[in-house]
Amino acid sequence: MNVETFKYDNRVVRAFGIATVIWGIVGMLAGLLAAVQLFFPDANLNLQFITFGRIRPLHTNAVIFAFVGNGMFMGIYYSLQRLCKARMFSDFLSWFNFWGWQLIIVAAAITLPLGFTSSKEYAELEWPIDIAIAVVWVAFSVNLFGTIVKRREKHMYVAIWFYIATAITIAVLHITNSMEMPAGWLKSYSMYAGVQDALVQWWYGHNAVAFFLTTPYLGLMYYFLPKAANRPVFSYRLSIIHFWALVFLYIWAGPHHLLYSSLPDWAQSLGMVFSLMLIAPSWGGMLNGLLTLRGAWDKVRQDPVLKFMVVAITAYGMSTLEGPLLSIKTVNSLSHYTDWTVAHVHVGALGWNGLLTFAMLYYLFPRLYRTTLWSTKLANYHFWISLLGMMFYCIPIYVAGVTEGLMWKQFTASGFLQYPNFLETIVQVVPMFKLRAVGGTLYIVGTFLMAYNLYKTAKAGQFEPETEAQAAPMERSPETGAGWHRILEGKPLFFTVLSAVAILIGGLVEIIPMYLIKQNVPTISSVKPYSPLEVLGRDLYIREGCLGCHSQMIRPFRSETERYGEYSKAGEFVYDHPFLWGSERKGPDLAREGGKYPDAWHFRHMDNPADTSPGSIMPRYSWMLTQKMDKESLTARLNALRKVGVPYPAGYENGPAQKDLTAQAEKIVASLKTGAVTTDPDKEIVALIAYLQRLGTDIKAAPATATTTTN
Amino acid sequence: MNVIIILILASLAVALLFLAGFIWAVRSGQYEDTLTPSLRVLTEESKNSETNSKLK
Repeated sequence: MNVETFKYDNRVVRAFGIATVIWGIVGMLAGLLAAVQLFFPDANLNLQFITFGRIRPLHTNAVIFAFVGNGMFMGIYYSLQRLCKARMFSDFLSWFNFWGWQLIIVAAAITLPLGFTSSKEYAELEWPIDIAIAVVWVAFSVNLFGTIVKRREKHMYVAIWFYIATAITIAVLHITNSMEMPAGWLKSYSMYAGVQDALVQWWYGHNAVAFFLTTPYLGLMYYFLPKAANRPVFSYRLSIIHFWALVFLYIWAGPHHLLYSSLPDWAQSLGMVFSLMLIAPSWGGMLNGLLTLRGAWDKVRQDPVLKFMVVAITAYGMSTLEGPLLSIKTVNSLSHYTDWTVAHVHVGALGWNGLLTFAMLYYLFPRLYRTTLWSTKLANYHFWISLLGMMFYCIPIYVAGVTEGLMWKQFTASGFLQYPNFLETIVQVVPMFKLRAVGGTLYIVGTFLMAYNLYKTAKAGQFEPETEAQAAPMERSPETGAGWHRILEGKPLFFTVLSAVAILIGGLVEIIPMYLIKQNVPTISSVKPYSPLEVLGRDLYIREGCLGCHSQMIRPFRSETERYGEYSKAGEFVYDHPFLWGSERKGPDLAREGGKYPDAWHFRHMDNPADTSPGSIMPRYSWMLTQKMDKESLTARLNALRKVGVPYPAGYENGPAQKDLTAQAEKIVASLKTGAVTTDPDKEIVALIAYLQRLGTDIKAAPATATTTTN
Repeated sequence: MNVIIILILASLAVALLFLAGFIWAVRSGQYEDTLTPSLRVLTEESKNSETNSKLK
């Protein structure tokens, strides 16, 4: 048998490793900044760029795509080569993947604070960056499949299957959810509207968790855990069942993010049932991981790598039990919009993803640098500090979440809301927000300890850029699969992937206008498109990330209709590109905000919320009082909106729109004057007030048809 | 709610792709042996065995 000698590429693994540490710290610090602003709004230094609404998406994007993303690439590039007994398919693609991904992250770190956002959660980046993500992802996929094809080991270890599922599904999700109509270089409108946009977004959002934060990390668990423990996985058969059950179930669970919303009931139930079924494979996987350590628990006591892994796997089990429970409609009616969700995702993010990433880094750095870890003691400190940090983060936020949920729903004996003022319910949990920031700080301190430890390890060792290995080429039996391989090998593979992506994009571009735009015929006749001034105001609402704290979806519960007004109907959102339902309430729902307060109240409230609502944790938006609205882009905006189906009359954007805008702005300025406020009609605040005063008012105009809904 | 057709189609396409992968895996004998793969992972290490033994 002829044995081939080849070299594994360690350079790209190291590059991703360093990027993981750096972006991890950046993402966590952004999270801390956001957390502090929730009890001390002035921590934004009155700078719009670092205000909560803009920092929150930066935090989520940084930890998901920069920290976990780089960690995932690091682990995949290391393990895939060794599992396939082959160097990566293409060094060029490896480095294209690395630098492309870092550039995307830098672009995100610049555009999000500047307010360029699509507002769709975990998909906030604007369209040029979306295209870059698709290109880099294809490069990664080609590299992945290319390596698999030229592997020297016939059996594909279960981890490889998890990587494949990640590559394919993320491509489909990202492309489907990012269908948007550009209105300038850094502005776009979702092609979908209202309920449809919500459904696509949460189909994406849920599966981003499933296929970006879960499947790749499970693959990494199935590689690094046995390696670190030097024990085979408890049951290889179970790991195979884990994989196949997970990939077939996960993709249907998305609607559980929209329970009790205007989404059709059957879609909600579908999401709930599939979510519950997910408990089985998830717990099978968790137990498989933990049982791998049977007979090796003495090692767990000594080895920080295993310590991190044990808690990570436990956190995976906890959050995959909690997730399905939160998907039960009854539980969700209490938990949705509260901090319970925030606690849930942080068990997953800090526990599962964070700790497993740390474990991989502690495992890899000594091996890449051919030495031992500089300080095991420091790594142990890191372990305990991050565990303590997790506790201090999650427990207070669970308490906060349940408190909020219960207070919102509490009625007095005489049938009135016990806490009619939303502010009361938030003031109540502010101490929990403070404790959470302490927890987050501890976690970050631990990460710094790790960075120092890894740096010292690298200094002490000598980097091995390539590891030499030997293996016999894979036997390809002529009767089975020879044709398959010929098809898959080399260039045809590359073009297959490219054409699949092209077909997907092309297909969507064809299908979407055909199916969806016809749907935008309003089913509630009084619902009308936004006026030009309101469009600008809505875009400011998006820019400032208002939906990070304010939902626009009143659920059909008495506690909500009493507090906010008539529950939201699907037909009210037909012109909402994108939908702005939000998923969190740190402030009251705004779906029926229009007409509740006079214009001057909004003006003062935006200038300094504490003036109108003492104790409010909302930041000041005083820059909106001085900045001028972007009237020049109005034509492009209305044009793009018309293209996605909003029925503005032909030529409207070229003149009449500006006239309407000025007229409406003048009216608001006049109304502000009656409230003893003077401002110019071209200020941003005027547009925002116009939008806020419009919210939820359409159906009030025609009460007779108001109950018609659509689905 | 026509968008749900797109989502179901996209989800089904992915699911069918996985199904094809599953059928391929079973038919090509990937799962004939469910023990050695788990052991093989542990023994893949290459030349620098001194380093590796030091690390353990």
